[in-house]
Amino acid sequence: MGKTFSEKLLGAKADREVQAGDVVTVSPDFILSHDNSAAIIKKFQQIGVKKVRVPHKIVIVLDHVVPASSEKYALNHKIIREFVGEQKINNFFDISTGICHQVFSEKGFAMPGKLILGADSHTTSYGAFGAFSAGIGRSEVASLWATDEIWLKVPETLKIEMEGKLSNGVFAKDVILKIIGDQGADRANYKAVEFAGKAAQEFSIASRLVLSNMAAEMGAKNGYFPPDNKTTGYLKNRAQQPYEIVSSDSDANYESILRYDVSSVVPQVASPHTVDNVRPVAEVEGLKFHQALIGTCTNGRLEDLEAASRMLKGKKVDPSVRVLVIPASREVYLQAMRKGIMEVFSEAGCVILNPGCGPCLGAHQGILAPGEIALSTANRNFRGRMGSRDSEIYLASPATVAASAVEGKITDPRKYS
Amino acid sequence: MKKGKVWKYGDNVNTDVIYPGKYTYSMLEPDEMASHALEDLDPEFAKNVNPGDFIVAGRNFGCGSSREQAATCLKYAGIQAIIAKSFARIFFRNAINQGLPVIQSEEAARTIEGGEEIRIDFSKGKIRSQKGDFTFSPYPASVMEIIKAGGLIPYTKEKIKRGKLGK
Repeated sequence: MGKTFSEKLLGAKADREVQAGDVVTVSPDFILSHDNSAAIIKKFQQIGVKKVRVPHKIVIVLDHVVPASSEKYALNHKIIREFVGEQKINNFFDISTGICHQVFSEKGFAMPGKLILGADSHTTSYGAFGAFSAGIGRSEVASLWATDEIWLKVPETLKIEMEGKLSNGVFAKDVILKIIGDQGADRANYKAVEFAGKAAQEFSIASRLVLSNMAAEMGAKNGYFPPDNKTTGYLKNRAQQPYEIVSSDSDANYESILRYDVSSVVPQVASPHTVDNVRPVAEVEGLKFHQALIGTCTNGRLEDLEAASRMLKGKKVDPSVRVLVIPASREVYLQAMRKGIMEVFSEAGCVILNPGCGPCLGAHQGILAPGEIALSTANRNFRGRMGSRDSEIYLASPATVAASAVEGKITDPRKYS
Repeated sequence: MKKGKVWKYGDNVNTDVIYPGKYTYSMLEPDEMASHALEDLDPEFAKNVNPGDFIVAGRNFGCGSSREQAATCLKYAGIQAIIAKSFARIFFRNAINQGLPVIQSEEAARTIEGGEEIRIDFSKGKIRSQKGDFTFSPYPASVMEIIKAGGLIPYTKEKIKRGKLGK
């Protein structure tokens, strides 16, 4: 019997033969954290060692509340800046760079065959590059800084075979929302997801990141795409280290294989308050909302901003709606600016914010009041996430969000495509 | 045997309703954290919870963010253990790493009702409720060591002191 990607990679890291269900002690290639590094530093100090064990494995990106919106956040950032200086952590990206998952990818840390752990649930994103990447907690990161080792269970793998070609106006976001809606928010709990099939290979790197990012919303431990020449092309001049591609054997043992024909997928919307509460846009068409968010680690890349700007070009957003646009990184911001996309957003009446997590987690930059409804390109619509517990969040693709912003109510973007 | 009252909730209790994101990056004190526990799901919880109480819930408890405070705030609120049909994987790790026992039992989670008093014997893996007894399998040895140490940070501290690091 052959082995899955996860069995091979974790086996190589543990230096022995492993199979799903085994528990291994491993050292990751990179350890990611963000604004929560301040809390991690506090825990690290409780452990009582003076120096982090391997400084070059640590990657810290400030993104959650940038620039600091209060004295408390400012103090957290200050503690982190002092710590990275003392500990000689060179892979530190301050508030000007962007969202950790986008920055981590752009700076070439997300590479095939690497084991990446991060104190953020959407660390699953780097599966888009063929890495094994999983979210862990703060104490675990503090412990990793001190010891460079952690226990992980080798997950079973759920394979998602995708065939067919996307229709106009339908995007990666619609595909992953459809899958999560069908399968449920805990279908991949404790499991690895492997996106396979011809349609998976058709997806751009940016689109693969959407699926790997949202694999977390099925409970997945990681969301792997087999690397190909798109992966190696993206990493040319970016990769931080040499890397080796690790792939599943053709006779690997999967927990299940799910098959999707993406050509039949229509634009999808996740309604409050769970990500698996998904239906075709037609069923929520006409619903009025107050705030639109275009951005986040799920959908803040150039292809997302392009798709949104095509809906907004030469138009104005409806006066009843506030539209927030947040490029995922400075690199994306610059590319979008050079292509004239930012001008389209601004002329349409959107508010353009600095790269970062923005209001996605309800900490700053566009908190919702009681009774308000947001339509967002983010990955979560949990109750109260963007502000009041009496507000609601709907999730959709950038094209759906932008087209809806023009009409002031949820609409099907295909009529403008 | 540890005894306590049950707070019962449904499926997909997520980390945002357990501990809202607006509090996560501002390092709050234990009492303050406990006062916001489950704020967006059940505002009555933090006001009325007693030390030693249990939470019993449905599928995918703790889904969503990796925020460790979702486990910490419940521990600070006095919750002794959580029984659920299933747990989201990061929450499961976080709870263990905070020394907060989490018990997966489909049957117990389905049967036990809110407000009733139950008893749990961790060493024997037994839950005693008004509607009967349930058993659960003990943790793997590696996990048990972390719980015994009182969480991952004291566990790591001890490991370093004993010079038991690999490589």
